[in-house]
Amino acid sequence: MLTTQILYALTGCVIVALGLRGALLHAALLQRIVAINVMGAGVFMLLVAVAYRGPELPPDPLPHALVLTGIVVAVSATALALALARHLHAEQDDD
Amino acid sequence: MTDAMIGLVALPLAGALATLLLPRLATVVAIGTGLATTVAAGLLLFGFATQGALHYEIGGWSAGLGIALRADALSALLLMMTALVALAASVYASAYFKGTFERARFWPLWLLLLTSLNALLLSGDLFNLYVTLELLGLSAVALASLGGKRAAVAAALRYLLVGLLGSMLFLSGVSLLYAGYGTLDMAQLARTVSAGPVAWTALALMTAGLLLKTALFPLHFWLPPAHASAPAPVSAVLSALVVKAAFYLVLRLWLDVFADVVTAAAANLLGVLGAGAVLWGSWHALQAERLKLLAAWSTVAQLGYLFLFFPLLQALPPGAARELAAGGLVMLALTHGFAKAGLFLAIGIIQQRCGHDTIRGLDGTAQRLPATTFAIALAGVALIGLPPSGAFLGKWQLLAGAVETGQWLWLVVTASGSLLAAAYIFRVLGHAFGHRPYPSQPVTVAREEWPALLLASMAALVLGLAGAPVWGLLEIGT
Repeated sequence: MLTTQILYALTGCVIVALGLRGALLHAALLQRIVAINVMGAGVFMLLVAVAYRGPELPPDPLPHALVLTGIVVAVSATALALALARHLHAEQDDD
Repeated sequence: MTDAMIGLVALPLAGALATLLLPRLATVVAIGTGLATTVAAGLLLFGFATQGALHYEIGGWSAGLGIALRADALSALLLMMTALVALAASVYASAYFKGTFERARFWPLWLLLLTSLNALLLSGDLFNLYVTLELLGLSAVALASLGGKRAAVAAALRYLLVGLLGSMLFLSGVSLLYAGYGTLDMAQLARTVSAGPVAWTALALMTAGLLLKTALFPLHFWLPPAHASAPAPVSAVLSALVVKAAFYLVLRLWLDVFADVVTAAAANLLGVLGAGAVLWGSWHALQAERLKLLAAWSTVAQLGYLFLFFPLLQALPPGAARELAAGGLVMLALTHGFAKAGLFLAIGIIQQRCGHDTIRGLDGTAQRLPATTFAIALAGVALIGLPPSGAFLGKWQLLAGAVETGQWLWLVVTASGSLLAAAYIFRVLGHAFGHRPYPSQPVTVAREEWPALLLASMAALVLGLAGAPVWGLLEIGT
């Protein structure tokens, strides 16, 4: 069963790498915001994989709590980024 | 004294809510909160001096599951600096935002920023550090965008994206550490971490994220526009405190948690980046056309000096010489905090009185605003590192460490950086002294000039002349 856990963890790492690549290489603002969110999803997946403790034991609750907190933070940050992007876009139209 | 630790987080948080609910009383509430927070920071410093390192578990939940607050010499001193700089900047902001419509938006965010800074400096757990880093980043970005001009919003957005990227890198390092060692408590990690692929990868990821946030060369590209387009009191706190919070974490990770994992090559890499920051930042500060850009580029350079200490601390064996170098590092960080905050406030005064902040247009500012010009000169003394400023003590220890370990390169970098700093400060002062009649009163705009003056003299005089108690406190911590 350990292989399932490693598979999930590695997938998480790949998603982080993809998100990082997107955040660094994309010029468009919206794409970069989405890429950072993808990166966050990868980190959360890694944390969920870390929580697995085999079929007998229940999963470790601490990483789950971290993921929940992380999601809340990521949502608020994305909201702020989108609000700023909209503000910028609206001003562009005025010009 | 644990009450003081709770107060440092709870007071500004309560103040933030109060200013949101009572916008009419916001200024009074905010300055009252600033005073109360300063008292709490003073009590914490006193408590540390008498009882040594402090520890508190919120709600009685032990570290690992609950939120542990910790304070040692480094955090107690930085908390005190944060409280003083924030208080002075609050007094200044009460005049700066008077009668503007940004006022109601400013105070809640400002106090939230102070809350997250204090929480970050007190936190002993890596995940809580991630949360406080994000809170700090979000409130800092919102404050930086307050000007509402296109340049400010664009710079704030870039600041936000860079900050989020940094946080995500930090968080992936935190996940790796939890996977490897099953704890996020820094004290427990410091005991269990051993050199190996997990620790190296985690340290590399977390450091990369934090270097982005602390704007170490070559990851500094976002800092000058963001700090130069924010309102003056916000720029002061961003440059003096916010970038330093990320630096504080790098310091904690490299010297406390991962002390056994860090290699000489890695520490040298940080040193080389720091040297690049000193030279590149100072050079750009010298080229800057606007005062705020000059101050922002000077922040890039001054942060570089702090990173020059890493190879020295790595090479020095534990003992008196290493303690002195570590003390010099803290002294330099504290001095820069006060000096840069004072400089930004003074620049804000010039910008508001003269309607611009171009260096060429400064002609005669010394005659119109003598106290403001004096504040810039005092802050300049501290940025150059002339005696009797705290930066002189800090740089002296940097040079002593470089000689002691035979790392001559850092000595050359420090000397050239200081010369460049002298050049950019004297360039400003040269323009400021025109030939106009002197007014009868040096302090012309008291509520704004006194905070700037006090911060700058704290950096240039008090920290240098009364540096001994600070050193004493740092010795308790070891």
